[in-house]
Amino acid sequence: MSTRLAKQGRLIDRSKQVTFTFNGTSMQGYEGDTLASALLANDQMMMGRSFKYHRPRGVVASGAEEPNALVGLGQGNRFEPNQRATTTELFNGLTSASQNHWPNLEFDIGAVNKHLSRFLPAGFYYKMFIHPKPFWKHVYEPFIRQSAGLGKAPDKDSRDADTYEHFYAFTDILVIGGGIAGLQAAKAAAQSGAKVMLIEQTAHWGGRAPVDGGTVDGQPVDKFVEQLVSELETMDNVTMRSRCMGAGVYDHGYVLGYERLTDHKPGAQGPRHRLWRIRAKQIVTATGAIERPLSFAGNDVPGVMLASAMRDYVVNWGVTPGDRVIVATNNDDAYRTAIILKQAGVDILRVVDARATAGPLAEEARQLGIRVDPGKAIAKVKGGKRVKKVALCNQDGIGGAREEIECDAVAMSGGWSPVVHMWSHCGGKLLWDEANAHFHPDPERPPLGANGEGFVVAAGAANGAMPLQDVLFDAQTAGEAASNAAGFTPVTADAPKGADVAEAPMEPVWLMPANADIQLRMKSWLDFQNDVKVSDVQLAAREGYESVEHTKRYTTLGMATDQGKLSNINGLAILADALDSEIPKVGTTTFRPPYTPISMASIGGEARGDVFQPIRQTPMHNWHDKNGADWEPVGHWRRTYAYVRPGESVHDAVNREVKNTRENLGLLDASTLGKLIVKGPDAGKFLDMMYTNMMSTLKVGKCRYGLMCSENGFLIDDGVVARIDEDTWLCHTTTGGAERIHGHMEEWLQTEWWDWKVYVANVTEQYAQVAVVGPNARKVLEKLGGMDLSKEALPFMEWRDGKIGDFDCRAYRISFSGELSYELAVPASQGQAFWDALTEAGKEFGVMPYGTECLHILRAEKGFIMIGDETDGTVIPQDLGLHWALSKKKEDYLGKRAHSRTHMADPERWKLVGLETVDGSVIPDGAYAVGEGVNANGQRNMIGRVTSTYYSANLGKGIAMGLIKHGPDRMGEIVEFPGTDGKSYKAKIVDPIFFDKDGEKQNV
Amino acid sequence: MSEPISALNHASYTGIAKVEECGLQGMITLRGDLSDKVLIKAVKDATGQKVPGQREALIKGDTGVCWMSTDELLVLVPYAEVETKLAVMSNALSGVHALAVNVSDARAVFRIAGANAREVMGKLAPVDLSAEAFQPGQIRRSRLAQVAGAFWMDDDETFRVVCFRSAADYVFKLLKVAAQPGSEVGVY
Repeated sequence: MSTRLAKQGRLIDRSKQVTFTFNGTSMQGYEGDTLASALLANDQMMMGRSFKYHRPRGVVASGAEEPNALVGLGQGNRFEPNQRATTTELFNGLTSASQNHWPNLEFDIGAVNKHLSRFLPAGFYYKMFIHPKPFWKHVYEPFIRQSAGLGKAPDKDSRDADTYEHFYAFTDILVIGGGIAGLQAAKAAAQSGAKVMLIEQTAHWGGRAPVDGGTVDGQPVDKFVEQLVSELETMDNVTMRSRCMGAGVYDHGYVLGYERLTDHKPGAQGPRHRLWRIRAKQIVTATGAIERPLSFAGNDVPGVMLASAMRDYVVNWGVTPGDRVIVATNNDDAYRTAIILKQAGVDILRVVDARATAGPLAEEARQLGIRVDPGKAIAKVKGGKRVKKVALCNQDGIGGAREEIECDAVAMSGGWSPVVHMWSHCGGKLLWDEANAHFHPDPERPPLGANGEGFVVAAGAANGAMPLQDVLFDAQTAGEAASNAAGFTPVTADAPKGADVAEAPMEPVWLMPANADIQLRMKSWLDFQNDVKVSDVQLAAREGYESVEHTKRYTTLGMATDQGKLSNINGLAILADALDSEIPKVGTTTFRPPYTPISMASIGGEARGDVFQPIRQTPMHNWHDKNGADWEPVGHWRRTYAYVRPGESVHDAVNREVKNTRENLGLLDASTLGKLIVKGPDAGKFLDMMYTNMMSTLKVGKCRYGLMCSENGFLIDDGVVARIDEDTWLCHTTTGGAERIHGHMEEWLQTEWWDWKVYVANVTEQYAQVAVVGPNARKVLEKLGGMDLSKEALPFMEWRDGKIGDFDCRAYRISFSGELSYELAVPASQGQAFWDALTEAGKEFGVMPYGTECLHILRAEKGFIMIGDETDGTVIPQDLGLHWALSKKKEDYLGKRAHSRTHMADPERWKLVGLETVDGSVIPDGAYAVGEGVNANGQRNMIGRVTSTYYSANLGKGIAMGLIKHGPDRMGEIVEFPGTDGKSYKAKIVDPIFFDKDGEKQNV
Repeated sequence: MSEPISALNHASYTGIAKVEECGLQGMITLRGDLSDKVLIKAVKDATGQKVPGQREALIKGDTGVCWMSTDELLVLVPYAEVETKLAVMSNALSGVHALAVNVSDARAVFRIAGANAREVMGKLAPVDLSAEAFQPGQIRRSRLAQVAGAFWMDDDETFRVVCFRSAADYVFKLLKVAAQPGSEVGVY
């Protein structure tokens, strides 16, 4: 059984007991435990089930590489699936549950998959789900959806209880990984005076060196680490963050660091995760190495673990995964596990070494009384939910002549692979090292920065340096190199002298035994989480998959949440063998960020809840909100769609506003409309280029409606332009167009007409602008007193500065409704007071505020177009009957040349008309008009579409505008608009001006 | 004239730093040739300051001038004086090609004060805010999470942040999140 040892456990505090639950069972652990070590201490070896076959799975590793021990963590608003037990720090009250089984972990219906495994080979999905075609939608897709994903999604009504944030950090040198190499590299770099940041994914410094032992400058490794850490802590130019993982390396020395602030103390004040957005001149990757599993039959049975993980559990947490252990290896390092376990009182039944000879560590093991069998292999591990027996055989052979031994745990070691992820994310290349059978960074081909020089340096085990002395030397060199590359002068120093036992060469073992028969290969797991076996990769090769990237996707090797940290090298070695190729020729799959999954919420950072997105507010926003505003997003602005009174529907409110504005008095908050000041001796010339019509001839004090086209002739904006003085114009834009058109103007001024004397300023938000609209508009303003607003003093399409009541005001006599209308601009900080004054004074005149829907209906009744409704980026002024706004006098303006292209001048283009349903109903928004016949695809031919459609309360019927082929020539004809509601709408083509065709109402 | 009211009317919050809306600040956007003698004198007359260099902010209290781009300055004057100062400036600049325009009401201004002020800002703006890189006397036009923002330091523990008035509510809420208790980063 797996159990807590009486001694050992350098990371746990035995005086502090911690209570937690797993699948509802209460268990005990210690402060400093991981969830995995605590589960093992409670003899909970089986922690989950695999994805495809639902096979029982136990923890196999002790860190970030863990593929099996994934749990659902927390409850309710703090529930999170797929959390690795090995990287989850234990805390009081932790609740966890295993995944991917039904009804429970011990008995799982889905486990029948394992009996079907011979029918679920590589590429099963591709082969199976193609035929017959109709099965896809009703049979296969529901089945796949049902079985997709490992953990449960959080409840749809739950909301993440925590907060998250970003932090922007800038450093000369970033060291990723706080093991012995990272610490030494950081020190070497910092001694140059460079600003150094050091991040470590776990809560502890020193990595695995204190477990693996050896000495540095004559003292034990853990003492050396302690000293180094306190030394770095006193250096002002060094920032150290533990629980902060290097997630990804990107161009220009940009790195994401994922800091887990309160995962180990949920509910504590402050954000849960912080995403560090780091800019570094140089990056040192000291990310260590990961041990590889061995591929033998039954290597996935709970109780089979990486040798290094097994000794981690003993040394770090005082937990042994078994009482009677067999160690299988192809290298000397695994003997450390045998020795450490033996010294901890665990029975080591055998070390099975695939090699003929081993080094001094084997001798040390023998002296402790451990039996070492050279040239031997594991033929098969037996047991379902737990290791029961191991059958041994010769490594050279097919797995016959077995000797069976009863045991309860197996430690395996297939050698070490440097963690090259961070090196590779941004294009660093790798070399194959024959002696150690691993890929390591090629220092000649690092990721390149903007200057063509490398910006990443690998250090220590991550660079392929394995013995302690090499690790320290390499780290010192890397730290110095990085500081030099960052522009500092390194203080060269000798690396501390590491010393540990010399090791005999390892031998690559990609399959155990070497010629294992198919029965064994079908039980030899490469990818534990996705259930990919040696036989699957071999089958893929036989079926013609030669590229490692294709094989990965065909077999799903390395595609699980662990991204193949354990399986990749073993898998591609099997593939290389099956293709009769060499491993470096087959190559690796692409390493992509993040290194391990990071929370989606950390990516969002602060952007959730109230600050998910900016909401732009006008000065009168709060008044609208208190007065029944039904909000409509317009860009980032919120505008009032309608002011809904108690007992009214939104539709009722719109109808009331529409009638009242035509009959009495309406107020519209028009503050969001863009206002650009264009000034300079060349401003008139410039605006003549910007607008299709003439603006340079506009007289001071007057206004003119203008259209803007892009270079390609399409309408991009419209609005009223006012000439303020000889040199100055004020251009109104649409609400969504203010920033865009400002940018458009600046672009032309900065890139094409840089010698024109024109300055533009965006003053949109300087003003609160209120449209006072309706037959009583003048009356209410005259009541407030101030400037002369008579027809004579301020005629239609003119503007004046003056006072209205107490307010400094610019009054524009313009109308988007067809009514008598003034748009009044006052300083934004007086906007609310001005609105209040109008509301108060307007009472006797029947004043009501109106929203954007009313605005739309009023303009549609008048046949005024709206950018974004009648236009969609493909519409030109000619389509909308706006020829009158296209200057014929001007030599040029943006869009003029484009309008002469054949397609633009084509008489077949759809053109704007009014549409009136024959029965008074409202045509659905976005409906298309159908004509005679069908197209090549058998669809009905389209002859036009609706662009705006409303119910007009003033006219008591549905009105619409649309673009129709030959529309203006077809007045009076009936066109058909099939709706998506099963009905078809018939509408008569009419003039788009439905109301007051002669414009008498606005001109009073 | 009715009493002008700033976007958030002096709202404030205290977390790991104190955040407050400062009320109305007179601001003039001045565009022109920054080496022009007439412009240099107009800036001096309005603020007592020289024309600032790149990313420089020369400010005392509510009067000063900030560099915004190679042809744009932000002139700060007391809110009550902005119309008068603008008129004087426009008059002085009448013979040269320049644009001076009142943008006081288009903006909101916040003060972030306290030992953690640098860190609060460092969560929202992609700017190196370490003491070596950013000091009183400098200005950055950057962004605050998803909106535009400019800021400078009044002293080593105090930032002033300018954003668009329409974004005032968003920026205030952002600053509150960034200054929430327990969120000290511990690097500045």
